[in-house]
Amino acid sequence: MSTLLFERSLPRFAAARVVSTLGSGRGVGVGPLRLVERDAPAVPAEGWAHVEPTLSGICGSDLATLDGRSSRYFEDIVSFPFVPGHEVVGTLAEDAVGADGSGLAAGSRVVLQPVLGCAARGIEPPCPACQAGNVGNCGNLAFGHIRPGLQTGFCADTGGGWSTSGLVAHSSQLYAVPDHLGDSDAVTVEPVACAVHAVLGAPIAAGDVVAVVGAGTLGLLVTAALGHLASIGRCPAPSVVLVGARYAHQQRLARAFGCTEALPDDQLARAVRRHSRSLSYGGASGTTATLSGGADVVIDCVGSPESIAQSLAMVRPRGTVSLVGMPGKVTVDLAPLWHREVRLAGAYAYGTEPGAGPDDRVPTFALAFEVAAAQRTGQLVSATYPLTRFEDAVAHAGAAGRRGAVKIAFDVRKGPAS
Amino acid sequence: MSRRPGFVLEVDTSTPPTLFWNGEGFTLETLPVGSRVIYAPEPVKAIDDPYGAIRHALLHPVGDRDPLPALLRPGMKLTICFDDVSLPLPPMEAPDIRQMVIETVLDMAAEAGVDDVVLVAALALHRRMTEEELRHALGNRVYDAFAPHGLLTQHDAEDPDNLVHLGQTDQGEDVEINKRAATSDLLVYVNINLVSMDGGHKSVATGLASYRSLRHHHNPQTMRHSKSFMDQPASELHSSNWRMGRLIAESGVKIFQIETTLNNDTFPSNFKFLQKREWEWSLRDRATFAATSTALSKTPPRIARQIFQSIKSPHALTSVQAGEVEAVHALTTANVWAQQGVDVEGQTDILTMGLPYICPYNVNSIMNPILVACLGLGYFFNMYRGKPLVREGGVVIMRHPTRPEFHPGHHPSYIDFYEQVLTQTIDPVQMHKEFEESFATDPWYVHLYRTGHAYHGVHPFYMWYWCAHALAHVGRVIVVGGDAKAVRRLGFSPASSMNDALEIASDVVGPSPTLTHVHNPPIFMADVH
Repeated sequence: MSTLLFERSLPRFAAARVVSTLGSGRGVGVGPLRLVERDAPAVPAEGWAHVEPTLSGICGSDLATLDGRSSRYFEDIVSFPFVPGHEVVGTLAEDAVGADGSGLAAGSRVVLQPVLGCAARGIEPPCPACQAGNVGNCGNLAFGHIRPGLQTGFCADTGGGWSTSGLVAHSSQLYAVPDHLGDSDAVTVEPVACAVHAVLGAPIAAGDVVAVVGAGTLGLLVTAALGHLASIGRCPAPSVVLVGARYAHQQRLARAFGCTEALPDDQLARAVRRHSRSLSYGGASGTTATLSGGADVVIDCVGSPESIAQSLAMVRPRGTVSLVGMPGKVTVDLAPLWHREVRLAGAYAYGTEPGAGPDDRVPTFALAFEVAAAQRTGQLVSATYPLTRFEDAVAHAGAAGRRGAVKIAFDVRKGPAS
Repeated sequence: MSRRPGFVLEVDTSTPPTLFWNGEGFTLETLPVGSRVIYAPEPVKAIDDPYGAIRHALLHPVGDRDPLPALLRPGMKLTICFDDVSLPLPPMEAPDIRQMVIETVLDMAAEAGVDDVVLVAALALHRRMTEEELRHALGNRVYDAFAPHGLLTQHDAEDPDNLVHLGQTDQGEDVEINKRAATSDLLVYVNINLVSMDGGHKSVATGLASYRSLRHHHNPQTMRHSKSFMDQPASELHSSNWRMGRLIAESGVKIFQIETTLNNDTFPSNFKFLQKREWEWSLRDRATFAATSTALSKTPPRIARQIFQSIKSPHALTSVQAGEVEAVHALTTANVWAQQGVDVEGQTDILTMGLPYICPYNVNSIMNPILVACLGLGYFFNMYRGKPLVREGGVVIMRHPTRPEFHPGHHPSYIDFYEQVLTQTIDPVQMHKEFEESFATDPWYVHLYRTGHAYHGVHPFYMWYWCAHALAHVGRVIVVGGDAKAVRRLGFSPASSMNDALEIASDVVGPSPTLTHVHNPPIFMADVH
């Protein structure tokens, strides 16, 4: 059974970091990821079941890990060796119970909610975040009866989606896939849930100007989630949603998902200025131009120093910059944040979102399934590869925008390339 | 030797290649046998004594107007308005005709004891002129006498304190113009009528108007019904301006209109070959062409632009008439036609044109893609009377590099128009409906227009509306040698060579089309029969 295994190897990690400076994904051949034969992990406790992956996506955080660019912050909430792959649609190998408490028969299609919170770790009582339904904010990611790991795909005990031998998942992680949802749509449900959480967590008010920085998978899915959730009244409808998208296919998709305008990322600030009817000053001698107003909310789906600086330059005084793209160690001028009293907020993963009543909470994944079905987010899956071609797959994912692609996934059912 | 009229050449096997302008450069193209090439008439003889002619015109006005000195008296409020940097093209060698006219008017005003005199550059929604441009247009003597005292102003269409609403025409068109001009005892307007579109009631009703007023005729509906806007009787643009002009007159605004025409002696001696017919090029002309073309091909566009923008034209005065607006303009229009008119028999399937480096809106600036479209489809296409040179459903082939470059100070809203409007629609009607107002009222564009040297936020829309008649008329527009992405953004088809363009055109006009090339500049007007 083929498995892509990521081992702790500082020389290989360093080599990947050096080679990936030539381009994201280029260093995977010299990095710590290798294809091995390996059996499925054993279930660690009651309430766990085996899942056989069908499709498993390559995420930006996976690329950061493979490139050796991820923050050292994660070192203590990751355990080695691990099998990457946290965007997973697969089938249950045995009967199980789903996150909503319903029974799931062996062979059922499921999507993985990969966060390994208190429930998966057998921790009683759960931490306050898990008690509140905010599993993404679980404080116990290094504890319990499995080894550290913020998510499946970063934990030595659970396996991950990049494996034909399968993974193990706790019932709190299992969501049944509706029959009407294809595998391509389903494999995007996890990143869609991130997008839903980001949108519902941002302080968007009706009539706001919202800017989305970046139109990779996350940026496009934030756009899709915002478009759908606003259309069904789950969140206030902005008057304008502007998306900075470097490539033409990204602009096309962003428009299809309902944004007001999708335009090259270097034009985004101009569009924000125009739609917020702001004045602009500065910008000469290499400084960033400052707007008198700006977007009410900027959702940064890149997380680079440049994107954060761009976001801070576009947001209005007392507005919010929501960091959805995974940042690392960045150097950025926070003077405008201080001077304009801008809120800089993280938006990570998912959990539950406000429901209809004051005390109701709805799983983020339940909303993500709706968004995936309504916006056909599976259209973002541009190519699938067998595990044996992992170097090609990762290189493709690292250059997705430039190569006209968005989401690259492993088709775990595919055999070796002929 | 008498000057030769315009000429329509039929290309045969012995015809030398034809000069095509190509932005800041030019090239030679071999056109198919049977093609027609239209050449402008040779320059009308210049008036030997311009100051004398100007003085004569002011003393012998036409229409219902007294001689200028009779209209001047001590204690009166006199405002002298003048056309802005968009005229003439290229800018003329000093002294500029505006300087000569205004100096003469000021001499008469001084003789009459008038001491409340203000000069106003009639910008409409164009960019404010720089000091250097004002000095060139008016001369140092006028500039230094007025500017330091705040008496040389530039019309501000966004200054509510200096606009006055005079009423509405019988068609419901708001007439709102410069307050100083409207409330003066006499408004003297000094015009340069480079093309037949200029002048007449358009001088005041457009040059001194606000957006509230301009929007009534600067819109797709009007422009589509101006066939062409170079032919006043057939131009809805002008009909609207005429209604407004008459309302301005009825409101008691007393206008003394001074219109001038220039000959089409366009290029200085080192570029003189550009206004010759190719078969008459001397050995020196050929050598100059070859050397210039080679040098330009190796010159960075920015440097080439500087070289061309520094060209000053030897344009010379051919007529000056003054008095009542309509009477003056009738004479002016006749004089423009006398210089520029060329008789052309029948329309063509394909109209080709080489677009030069300059149009009215990029003097000392950059010819961005929207201005390329405007120059080709707005100006060159519309240089006709009767019917368009190209038949309905025909093809226009333009040659221009069409680089997606913009002057950020002069054309800020053009950048956003290019990125945020043309990416969504190229339909003038749709953009008018969905985008125009937000650009027109954008506070940043307004700020830059009022305090910097930026065209008004709505101006790129107007440039696109200028193309509206052509866009509705032709079947395809092809740009040879243009940046492919920019050309497609405009909704046109890119072609790498003239042969490619002709092949692309054959999809629309068939395999054996007729072709006519407008050898422009020097500019001409086609009287198409």
